[in-house]
Amino acid sequence: MSQDIDIEGDLVTRVEGHGEIVVNATDGQLEACEWHVVESPRFFESMVVDRDWDEIHHIVSRICGICSVTHTMTGLKAVEDAMGVELSEQDLKLRKLALAGETLQSHVLHLGYLALPDLVGEKSVVPMANTHEEEVRTVIRLHKLGNELIETVAGRSTHAQRTIPGGFSRLPREAELRDLRASLEGSWNDVETVVDLVLSLADELPDFTRETEFISLTDPDEYALYEGVPYSSDTGELDLADYREIVNEHVVEQSTAKFTKHDRDSYMVGALARFNNNYEQLGPMATAVADRFGLKPVCHNPYLNNVAQLVETAHLIERSIELIDSILESGLEAQSDYHKPDVDVTAGQGVGAIEAPRGILFHEYTLDETGTALEGNCVIPTNQNHANIQLDMERLVPTIIEQPEGEIEHTLEMLVRAYDPCISCSTHYLDVEFVDTPPER
Amino acid sequence: MTSKPKVAFFDFAGCEGDQLEVINLEERLLDLVEVVEVVSFREAMSEHSDDYEIAFVEGSITTPHDVERLEEVRSNADTVIAIGSCAAFGGINSIRNEQDFETVKERTYGEDAAMFDDPDAELFDSFEHAQPAKAFVEVEYEVPGCPIDGEEFIQTVTAILQGGDPSLANHPVCVDCKLAENTCAFDRGEICLGPITRGGGCDATCVSQGTRCWGCRGLVDNPAEDAYSEVLQEYGVTTDELLNEFTLYWSWQREHGPQADMQEVEQ
Repeated sequence: MSQDIDIEGDLVTRVEGHGEIVVNATDGQLEACEWHVVESPRFFESMVVDRDWDEIHHIVSRICGICSVTHTMTGLKAVEDAMGVELSEQDLKLRKLALAGETLQSHVLHLGYLALPDLVGEKSVVPMANTHEEEVRTVIRLHKLGNELIETVAGRSTHAQRTIPGGFSRLPREAELRDLRASLEGSWNDVETVVDLVLSLADELPDFTRETEFISLTDPDEYALYEGVPYSSDTGELDLADYREIVNEHVVEQSTAKFTKHDRDSYMVGALARFNNNYEQLGPMATAVADRFGLKPVCHNPYLNNVAQLVETAHLIERSIELIDSILESGLEAQSDYHKPDVDVTAGQGVGAIEAPRGILFHEYTLDETGTALEGNCVIPTNQNHANIQLDMERLVPTIIEQPEGEIEHTLEMLVRAYDPCISCSTHYLDVEFVDTPPER
Repeated sequence: MTSKPKVAFFDFAGCEGDQLEVINLEERLLDLVEVVEVVSFREAMSEHSDDYEIAFVEGSITTPHDVERLEEVRSNADTVIAIGSCAAFGGINSIRNEQDFETVKERTYGEDAAMFDDPDAELFDSFEHAQPAKAFVEVEYEVPGCPIDGEEFIQTVTAILQGGDPSLANHPVCVDCKLAENTCAFDRGEICLGPITRGGGCDATCVSQGTRCWGCRGLVDNPAEDAYSEVLQEYGVTTDELLNEFTLYWSWQREHGPQADMQEVEQ
């Protein structure tokens, strides 16, 4: 049976931003198979130019609502790097805590609201509230926990204000941290509920493997999220200062987005990349979750990125409890409610990298002697995954080409969603006239 | 009992942080879907229908394609509500409105900026300026903020469902700041847009978090400019410093006025 397939540019739903899948086949012969990004350009790299060093993080926070903490803190790290600003141990721990909150919030949002409906066979989480009410309420509670973590530490869950160059404008109180700790401890049943649910549906995750390169941060002391150096599963540790050579942004004919490549034609970033590169540093609860799914490094099935997010969800709760304990143990050093760290404003160029929920994120700024930005560059995780999504599609489609068109489309949409793309954080996408023939590689 | 009103969410150029604030209503989102039927919300659901009474739009309008989509939304909906600063008055996206567009493109895309001149590269048909929804279609209500405040969103929806008028508060952020008993940002040596920014929905959250008002809720109607000038004079704020602040969220509004409505926009 050889059929004609025409999946032409329907917007992929339940992802952040606008992306389309195009697949054409005549008589079972694949003619085109493309992943398109159709997001409007937003020009952040220009918008930061001429702005002050203490405004940049505020502006770049608006690149993405779902990972605004990460963009804020990556912007801050780059500015702090440019001016040689050091953080106190306490501020470092608090930033890690806020980042853990955001990653938790983002993972639960993605797993529970965006990916889970596929596994349950629903179009959204709304009808799931009728068929899986308890599970939906559990997902909501965990999502709220992530948001409470951000709110307690950074002041507001979206576009938080307290993280500023050199530290925090305001700190949480010890009592708030203790309450948070209790909520985190009390969340294990909820994690268990979600693990059970995903486990019961794990057969719905397509069994698809394509060997690829994984890039993430790595750190000798902990499962790297805030700190660390870039690391490739192919070539080992990399130099952050050479990040442009890590990502090698380039234009390809068959795509609307800039692609990146490092050692191969594509690489993957995100939860699965972190899991594969830093598995040994996961906490015991996280490792137990991975064991229940039989997930071990190195896993090359992109659909299991969702499971890696679940593993990280457990890790983030463990890690947050550790961080709070460590802060409380040394006693929270108080500061004024309108604190402004002493920062010597100097000219310089700085790069910051953080593991955003969706993968490694790079920001770079050049500042003049008044701290005014002359140049900016942001390389977002989703941009780095586009080539991998494209190559996965090219490998996957021929294996499922005899399936009904709707099935093919659904499997591909699930693939795109597995990467948790954050397309609205588009900073520099390109529209290129695309070809009707399969790309040659 | 009459059927539940159908509502739909649409996003244009933006960070989707305002729709996220709707999701961040957490359990109350379940209450919301008890009283309205969400028929389109691409960020959270695959279903889509063009049959809706209330449309929420997020993000600014930056391409001809955006305008087409927005006009379609307008023709389908009885009520259009702009959520977030980008949709309400341009917001952060409009920072670039003050910059030379050729330079803007080059800074972001380098030599690939030439793609914008390629008539076949439709997706790159970007407008020179980022603009709010009301620059192109009639918008009944706004929920400003970057991001919106979930509570204010609920109040707006509730008012509309009850046939009320969810008009915005018309006092400056300073009022909320006083109620929050914050130390004035000017007293702390900061430049603050609180005296002329619309309050009422944010509880002066940024000042309360230890920073300053950046103006994300837009200019209040009839701002007390004279009083503000006095404040600026008292604290020795220069025109350059102030203009820099105005260009953060208000680059579109500054050109068109705080209450600007739909107009002919030349591209």
